[in-house]
Amino acid sequence: MEPLVSLDGLTVAFNGVKVLDGISLSVGRGEAVGLVGESGSGKSVTWLAALGLLPTTASVSGNVKLEGTEILGASPATMDRVRGGRVAMIFQDPASALNPVLTIRRQVGESLALHRGLSGAAIHAEARRLLDLVGIPDAERRLSAYPHEFSGGQNQRIMIAMALAGSPDLLIADEPTTALDATIQAQILELIRSVRRETGMAIVLISHDLGVVAENCDRVAVMYAGRVVEEAPSGELFDDPRHPYAHGLIGSLPPIDGPRRRLTAIAGTVPDPKAMPQGCAFAPRCGQAAAPCGTQPPRLRAIGENRRVACVIDQHAGASDIIGQAAE
Amino acid sequence: MARYFAIRLARAMITIALVVTFAFVVLRLSGDPALIIMGPEAPPEVIAAFRKAWGLDDPIWMQYFDYFGAIAKGELGRSMRDGRPAIALVLERIPATLALTIPALLLKLAIGIPGGIFAALHRGSLIDRAVMIGAVAGFTVPSFVLGLVLVLIFAVQLGWLPSGGQETWRHAILPIFTLGIGGAAVLARFTRSAMLEVLGQPYIRTASAKGVSWRAVVLSHALPNAAIPTVTIVGFMVGTLIAGAVVVESVFSWPGVGRLLVVAVANRDLAVVQCILLLVAATMVTSNLIVDFLYSFLDPRLRSRETAGAH
Repeated sequence: MEPLVSLDGLTVAFNGVKVLDGISLSVGRGEAVGLVGESGSGKSVTWLAALGLLPTTASVSGNVKLEGTEILGASPATMDRVRGGRVAMIFQDPASALNPVLTIRRQVGESLALHRGLSGAAIHAEARRLLDLVGIPDAERRLSAYPHEFSGGQNQRIMIAMALAGSPDLLIADEPTTALDATIQAQILELIRSVRRETGMAIVLISHDLGVVAENCDRVAVMYAGRVVEEAPSGELFDDPRHPYAHGLIGSLPPIDGPRRRLTAIAGTVPDPKAMPQGCAFAPRCGQAAAPCGTQPPRLRAIGENRRVACVIDQHAGASDIIGQAAE
Repeated sequence: MARYFAIRLARAMITIALVVTFAFVVLRLSGDPALIIMGPEAPPEVIAAFRKAWGLDDPIWMQYFDYFGAIAKGELGRSMRDGRPAIALVLERIPATLALTIPALLLKLAIGIPGGIFAALHRGSLIDRAVMIGAVAGFTVPSFVLGLVLVLIFAVQLGWLPSGGQETWRHAILPIFTLGIGGAAVLARFTRSAMLEVLGQPYIRTASAKGVSWRAVVLSHALPNAAIPTVTIVGFMVGTLIAGAVVVESVFSWPGVGRLLVVAVANRDLAVVQCILLLVAATMVTSNLIVDFLYSFLDPRLRSRETAGAH
């Protein structure tokens, strides 16, 4: 089946410095895909680039297809219909993501007018329904309030209502709970789950929180230094990570049961995008790095059904068994 | 809300009182009006009589209290030079000044705000650089230099416009442009940076992400936010409507309040100088009050802080 959105070879550079290098990723209808990696690995840039939301100083290349139609470089009018109408996005800090001088009615209503063609009283009624849906109490009265009159969690609920206003097929949630308290985080994630159940929309959950992703996503892509290094169904990734970086990430999580063990940390730091290693970006930090790792960046290769990894070393065969094709 | 403005109003009155006090002290420290008006050759008894007539032989604190007492009764004193009420002298000059400063203000708004917005929207482009070079040139060149350069070009070289005086509307063109260009430059720079700041905010990205066209993002999401800091500088410009043209009026021999001030200071015509300063302070303070009011109109965050403070 044709994926809802597919990215192919998506590359982004700012002033000649590559921050995203050939991202290939697809999202099926109704699917929940997690995107994990540390800050600066390109998780958010991937989707901002796909939706044409990066500043004009960024040079973006590759393909972004929405149901088979190329949207990268599409006309502004086309993109304005895609954004919000087909693919909606919510952001990390809901308090600053809402316009401080416009009422909630204005901001939610704007999406309704743009994507559902509503006007006047219909906007009011639908905005009210959406606020009810996302759990804002006293929606009727609160419609005329401004963002600063709500808490962070409520603002994120409003962002979700605004995203739902365009009835999108895909919601990109960019670290939606990072700025919120733990209890509020859980509520927002539950809200996103229930919205998915009701609308059947697909979701891309961008997070550096592996637990959040494991709980909410069918499939996970791990990013490192502007590339996808491993992609797998979430269960499999957490049970059996193949890429040394994914392995390191999961090794740094405390297990909830079983014997106590020392948490492992990944030595070193992420390379500077201006001075990327010639080969695998993770090689300088990788305990299993061997000679071919330094020559050219490894490509994502299939290692079973729905699993791909970008590493020349076959984890199961051991560090010594280096796959010959690496130097191709 | 009422308390908020009561506090603002009280603060405004204190500001005016401070300005008047400052002017009072400085003027009395900087020269004896009797000597200047009567001339250094005047016989001592004439000088003494002048001092007595104007209360200048009283102790300075007594003059100060007399002066404040008079202001409280609405009396702003008389000109020492021609004996007419100072306020009348000042008021008859105001229309001439406003005839320059109001069109100049409109010119500043008409050039500065669109110029700044335009530059911000084309940040880093040639147009942006051209606007900013123009703006830097516009506000670094002092108005007397700019005025003289304009006279040199349009009056002396081209002969299109008169170089000074007040006979026809054509006489107003050069002074208006001299005043307007500098202000437009300041406003353009200010608007540009306010706009750039706003365009970098996450809510602008949110608006784009929900499919709002760029034009609508700029008009209905960015401008209302950028207006908040811009209003401050426009308010300041409104505050200088009465006395913002001192230099330009002198350069173009335009008989407005500014010229009156220069002459009155030179003559130590205390009542007239004090009257003008009082008027200037009052305009400044009023425009600040209006700005405060506009803030709360433009920024809902301030509005609710005020209501919270009023309880």
